[in-house]
Amino acid sequence: MNIVVLVKQVPDSGAERSLRADDNTVDRGAASNVINEMDEYAIEEALKITEAHGGEVTVLTMGPAGASDSIRKALSMGPAKAVHIVDDALRGSCAVSTSKVIAAALGGLNADIILCGSESTDGRVQVLPHMLAERLGVAALTGARKLTVDGSTLTIERQTDEGYEVVTASTPAVVSVWDTINEPRYPSFKGIMAAKKKPVDTKSLADLGVDASEVGFAGATSTVLDHAQRPPRSAGQKVVDEGDGGVKLVEYLATEKFV
Amino acid sequence: MRDPLELLDVAGLLTGEERQIQETVARFLADRVRPHLAEWFEAGTFPRELAPELGRLGLLGMHLDGYGCAGTSAVAYGLACLELEAADSGLRSFVSVQGSLAMYSIHRYGSEEQKQRWLPRMAAGEAIGCFGLTEPDFGSDPANMRTRAIRDGDDWLLRGGKMWITNGSIADVATVWAATEDGIRGFLVPAGTPGFTTRTIKNKLSLRASITAELSFDDVRLPADAQLPGAKGLRAPLSCLNEARFGICFGAVGAARDSLAVALDYARERVQFGKPIAAFQLTQQKFADMGVSLGTAALLALHLGRLKDGGRLQPHQVSAGKLNNVRAALEIARECRTILGGSGITLEYSPLRHANNLESVLTYEGTSEIHTLVIGEALTGHAAYR
Repeated sequence: MNIVVLVKQVPDSGAERSLRADDNTVDRGAASNVINEMDEYAIEEALKITEAHGGEVTVLTMGPAGASDSIRKALSMGPAKAVHIVDDALRGSCAVSTSKVIAAALGGLNADIILCGSESTDGRVQVLPHMLAERLGVAALTGARKLTVDGSTLTIERQTDEGYEVVTASTPAVVSVWDTINEPRYPSFKGIMAAKKKPVDTKSLADLGVDASEVGFAGATSTVLDHAQRPPRSAGQKVVDEGDGGVKLVEYLATEKFV
Repeated sequence: MRDPLELLDVAGLLTGEERQIQETVARFLADRVRPHLAEWFEAGTFPRELAPELGRLGLLGMHLDGYGCAGTSAVAYGLACLELEAADSGLRSFVSVQGSLAMYSIHRYGSEEQKQRWLPRMAAGEAIGCFGLTEPDFGSDPANMRTRAIRDGDDWLLRGGKMWITNGSIADVATVWAATEDGIRGFLVPAGTPGFTTRTIKNKLSLRASITAELSFDDVRLPADAQLPGAKGLRAPLSCLNEARFGICFGAVGAARDSLAVALDYARERVQFGKPIAAFQLTQQKFADMGVSLGTAALLALHLGRLKDGGRLQPHQVSAGKLNNVRAALEIARECRTILGGSGITLEYSPLRHANNLESVLTYEGTSEIHTLVIGEALTGHAAYR
């Protein structure tokens, strides 16, 4: 099984995050940048599959030069190699153009499974796996809480609000996962030390044959025009219990449609 | 500042790989250890089942090469000790004894067969080791130990006892030092060898999340190949202790950092006389003194780590590191307790637990008094041990 895992570097969701005042993109300079949490589950799933069925795991990242830090961390968990798409013209890319670039990069990687997190903690649009499958002309097994590999047949349990759906497809396919699918391993010290010697292939847009005008701000199909800070939390409403506290609470919950 | 070590930007002196190893240990401990520490300390237990998890990360014997060991730098090992002791000195003691005393003694002085037999399983946390040098009547003065190994044909007969042995009663193999006709020699004694018994020491007020035991050897018959062939004289066990002390230089910084971080959080939230106690000058003096002391201890540890990686570290320098850093950490932990007020005496907050642990750390692996004399000898040329 040849597996490519899409890994995105994002600002740490546990810390203060902001958008830049000048172009409304994520302020990476001010943030502590980490691997998108959901992608760690995708890496773990890929490693488990290759440990059981053989094969190789490749990490694919599109991001600025600083994303190489996250690529090394991803490699320290066990993947064999990585591809880093880095090009100044990519700044401001929307999901549509991102999927175009990643599809182009996947062209040469001969993947049986393309694994990724169901969403990134910065963008949270959840559309990339679908767009990618469409561009590649392969099945989209999205939102998996369980993945089973049987020869070239992939079966997932797709997590829904009500329960789950069982969805099957043949390889090659795009599989996106939720954090319910496994428990990502800690990188071992040997893994950390080995990661710096693993090959990372850097690709520019020219290498991929993608025109710069189709991506970044130039080719964006959606652009953030403006942003504002969330208003500070207001003081809230105090309910004084004068023997009817319970009734007042239920009335409040009813007006907010909680009951 | 969330991390008081940011004051002097100590992390700025580390490589990316060193930082990643440190972060990985911190993350593992936050997930798997910290939620249970107070409970283990209260119950006076060390969860043996944690050992394989420590092994999978690569923590056991991490700075040794081959035989399943990770082979990291000394600085990376130090940083792991720092994070372990920021959780609890008992846990760091377990890792120190396993890696720097038990595994190191086999790695450095053992035969190829002994290494193959024990080291891979010890690195994986499947086998636990301990190290028996100290005796009830001989602590700082191990040269006069009473434990004897006597030749009986090709075999040895081991007779005597060891005291204050970390991991003693959970160990699968003990590295035991005994006097022979030719001077002090080391022996590997597997658990279950007839005549070898252990007794866990109870009612401790310190290092409660760690197992401490007494070892007894009642004419224990050992084959000739139980002896560590490379170890000759007291120099051998002392070289092992030097390894473990190096880890303590970093570990103490961890206990101090955790104490200070906890006290800072508390002082920012705790309001008296209408403002956070962090805003009072007396509290700030405590914090400033502790911040400077912590930062200098960390820089000293890191300096020693760089010397060790460069192959230039001298034993008296390790003494300076252990003396300064444990003393500083103990003062910081106690001072942090005063900031926490009455809340500071419960297991809900770590500083008093750290302070209690550090009482043992101040004494074991060379007392502060002995390290003082080591430094005195280095400076003056006069040995003042007796």
